[in-house]
Amino acid sequence: MTEPGKVLATFSVNGEPHEVAFAPHKTLLEVLREELNLTGTKHGCELGECGACTVQVDGTPVLSCLLLAVDAVGKQVRTVEGLARGPELDELQHTFADLGAAQCGYCTPGILMAADALLRDNQRPSRDEIKQCLAGNLCRCTGYLKIFEAVELAAARRRGEDAQPSKESIHGAR
Amino acid sequence: MVLDDPTSRPAPAGKARTDAPWRHDARPDELKHIGKPIRKVDARSKVSGLTKFADDLVLPRMLHMKLLRSTMAHAEIVHIDTRRAAALPGVKGILTGKDMPIPFGILPVSQDEHALCPDRVRFVGDPVVAIAATEEEIAWEACRLVEVEYRELRTIGGIHEAAANPEPRLHDYGVRGNIHRLENLEFGDLQDGFARAEHVREDTFFFEGNTHLPMEQHATLAHFDKDGKLCVWSSTQTPHYLHKALARVLHPLPAHHIRVIACPNGGGFGGKSDPFNHEIAAAKMSMLTGRPVKIALTREEVFWCHRGRHPVLMRSKVGVTRTGRITALDFQSYLDGGAYGSYGTASTFYTGALQTVTYAVENYHFRGARFFTNKAPCGPKRGHGTPQPRFALEVQLDKIACDLGLDPAQMRLDNLAPRDSLTANFLRIGSMGLGACIEKVVAGSGWKERRGKLGRQPNGRYRGLGLACSSYLSGAGLPIYWNGMPHSGVQLKLDRSGLVTAFCGSTDIGQGSDSVLGWIIGEVLGIDPLGIRVVTGDTDLTPVDLGSYSSRVTVMTGNAAMQAAERARDLVADGVAQKLGVPASRLVFADARVFDSEDPKRGMTWQEAVCAAEARLGTIGTVGSYAPPPAAAKFRGGGVGPSPSYSYSAAVVEVEVDAETGVYTVPKVWMAHDIGRALNAAVAMGQIEGSVYMGLGEAMMEEMAYRDRSHKGQRIFVHKIPSLLEYKSPTTLEMPAVVTYVVEDPDRNGPFGAKEVGQGPLLPMMPAVANAVFDAVGVRVDEIPVSFEKVFAALQAKQDGKEPRYGPATDASGVPEVDFGDSLKIKTPWQGGDGTAWNEPKREKKAAK
Repeated sequence: MTEPGKVLATFSVNGEPHEVAFAPHKTLLEVLREELNLTGTKHGCELGECGACTVQVDGTPVLSCLLLAVDAVGKQVRTVEGLARGPELDELQHTFADLGAAQCGYCTPGILMAADALLRDNQRPSRDEIKQCLAGNLCRCTGYLKIFEAVELAAARRRGEDAQPSKESIHGAR
Repeated sequence: MVLDDPTSRPAPAGKARTDAPWRHDARPDELKHIGKPIRKVDARSKVSGLTKFADDLVLPRMLHMKLLRSTMAHAEIVHIDTRRAAALPGVKGILTGKDMPIPFGILPVSQDEHALCPDRVRFVGDPVVAIAATEEEIAWEACRLVEVEYRELRTIGGIHEAAANPEPRLHDYGVRGNIHRLENLEFGDLQDGFARAEHVREDTFFFEGNTHLPMEQHATLAHFDKDGKLCVWSSTQTPHYLHKALARVLHPLPAHHIRVIACPNGGGFGGKSDPFNHEIAAAKMSMLTGRPVKIALTREEVFWCHRGRHPVLMRSKVGVTRTGRITALDFQSYLDGGAYGSYGTASTFYTGALQTVTYAVENYHFRGARFFTNKAPCGPKRGHGTPQPRFALEVQLDKIACDLGLDPAQMRLDNLAPRDSLTANFLRIGSMGLGACIEKVVAGSGWKERRGKLGRQPNGRYRGLGLACSSYLSGAGLPIYWNGMPHSGVQLKLDRSGLVTAFCGSTDIGQGSDSVLGWIIGEVLGIDPLGIRVVTGDTDLTPVDLGSYSSRVTVMTGNAAMQAAERARDLVADGVAQKLGVPASRLVFADARVFDSEDPKRGMTWQEAVCAAEARLGTIGTVGSYAPPPAAAKFRGGGVGPSPSYSYSAAVVEVEVDAETGVYTVPKVWMAHDIGRALNAAVAMGQIEGSVYMGLGEAMMEEMAYRDRSHKGQRIFVHKIPSLLEYKSPTTLEMPAVVTYVVEDPDRNGPFGAKEVGQGPLLPMMPAVANAVFDAVGVRVDEIPVSFEKVFAALQAKQDGKEPRYGPATDASGVPEVDFGDSLKIKTPWQGGDGTAWNEPKREKKAAK
């Protein structure tokens, strides 16, 4: 039996069904973090301003703080926890970790989910396309440059290229 | 066994084993891990969403706490009625100021905060009541049911107002009226310095306050268990200082019953380095209710916490020779401190301390005043007190170069402070790579060919280049409270599995301090840094490190880690030497093996080596500690500024300005930073690029502005823009291309020669942007941020034939009238000074409490 004032719904999150009871005014962000304990998805404002809570719903990046959880019922929700394939990290995760595109790591899950959606639509995004795609995700640590480089490197690797970071991006200019 | 010889007090690292291959001037090819782009020890957790930040933690039966905050800028609390809130189902605990009467504050000299205001509120956002409930929403609802009756007091809104209105006083301590601090220090002979000057300039500048804006909102979870132990998990940069504040306010709870665990910080930038009211209130609430209590601040509340960049009004008078050599500098700064002391005493000194570290200033006079105002308290933000004077000085030097027809880059090169020297204010400079930094950015940007010549572009806009430099400390030379103990401690535990565990109180705020431990220990022991277990920021488990502030961690934690690792190496060498029958001095530690340098096949794996040592010596553990070298300055106030070493940065910024509207963009930045030695090139790059970004935000748009209006006879004085959308910060679209130069001038006080990198490269951005705007369109904006409307106003002034400038009044009215009293007079090293002030009255013996 459902508690009074709550709805009972089944979500597909990272390919697995989850049955959750929650108050109907709860956002997807709240249900993911507080009911499903998927705390990889972060919050920075809960007003749709920072992008930290970005997840994918049916493959499209959305701000989970602005989406009512009831509106995600019946859809495929994907969070940062669903990015790796079993024990193997996704290319984006590898390049973000290796290049230092994640410093404090707080904005990282949201940026990864936005970038992953971009790379599925566009295998060879330009620097400008990456900037446009991530313009709604604030990062206070990196200055974004390592993030751009990590997305470009991951894109190349997803295309099957044996790409390596440039010397300049790691050691600086001479 | 734990090795700690009490007779050998923490020695400056320079003294340690100069024969070791990892001395500061080791060649890169002698180093296996140092300098390599190894990923950070926690990188994969962070990209997998597995890193647990404070708000990700949940405990059974956990309550949610909310704070009712003041809606008044300045008022006495007449009455608080919590009865309706207490009656709300789900409410489990209510606290008011009388429950935590002991004041606290980060500095011993300004214990002026309360976890909840007992009788008076001093800014909109000051916390008054704390309520814990079973659900977050119930706690909010309960806050709405509390009735607070206030008696309004006159609001002090800014620097001029505070100077003109000694009453009502915000605090009953400080210098007088609403002046919190006054400093007046004179080094050398100013009169002679200005007499020898062939050109003197006097300018006024203003730097508006701005805030850290970490992506993670502050959060705290507190649990007072049934054994009488309190555990506090928090997003803090300074677990040790939080521990001290908790012990103070929660008296008589013994300090050793309190455990603080610093969670990974989702960005700090200085904004999580004060002990906060919500942290203490959550702990008290857990003690009251017997249940775990969590508070996660909203974004708006993060703006109330603030402790960000002080608004500073500055007046600077500089004398130079015809060739641009500085003969005297007279600098005044006026800080808008907000409602509480915070780090403000240090901030005030920092607005005067580092002017002498970039350029040789022969005679120097500094006056600083900090005021209390009814705004969110200001404190340390990346660069702490030094970006404001750096902006003023670097713009002023640019003006002087223009006045004299000199190249601003060459003029700076001609003025460089010498390496291995004492400055006029007794700061000890070691390695000094600013000259190399300037040369890099000058060459990279085509400065000599392009400056002043870019002019109008085909798109109708105007391009220009601006240059500026800076320096920053690698950690404060003195701790926040007087004591003779180390600033950083590291313990190592060596396990039969071959595992090395490093315990250290340092706190990773994203800068990579956990990884620094791994790299250094891995290098010394010849093992893989990623295989080392790092346990940090837990006051129950880890030896004290003072925290992640003042760019201190790489140098201080690094040196402590190096000492602990060297001692572990000696123990392991002893065990291996005995087992192999080889002298310990012949052993090499590399590639997770320990072997005879004369017969490399003769050796054993690292794990076997640890076992050999344990068999011989018993359980293997070592400690290392570090305290900075003693300061040369002995005058009152000389404690702020000394550091084991100073980093240097130079930047060239290119702007493109629309002369019709004042709108401009920054297409490209060249930034060179002297880091001493990059322990990890890629991570150092990240710090430099992040500094460029944050400096760009400060230069162009970020401001902690207040709305000052009257409504029904009441002064409305609130933060104008407490949201991530309205507080403008650069997005991906504003971020320019950056050419980064990592300049390495190893310093003998740093581990492997390393100096700081997290803060220094932010500083030259703001003046370089202002100077570039001038190069492009010939107008000066002597105020930060250099926002579009200010550029437009200056362009209008130029068009109207007025002074092509925007900024505070250049005459005496630009700064408030303040009686600084007599200066402390200090002879410079070249006058034969010994670091004391010759006219200093005898100090009262009350400092060391």
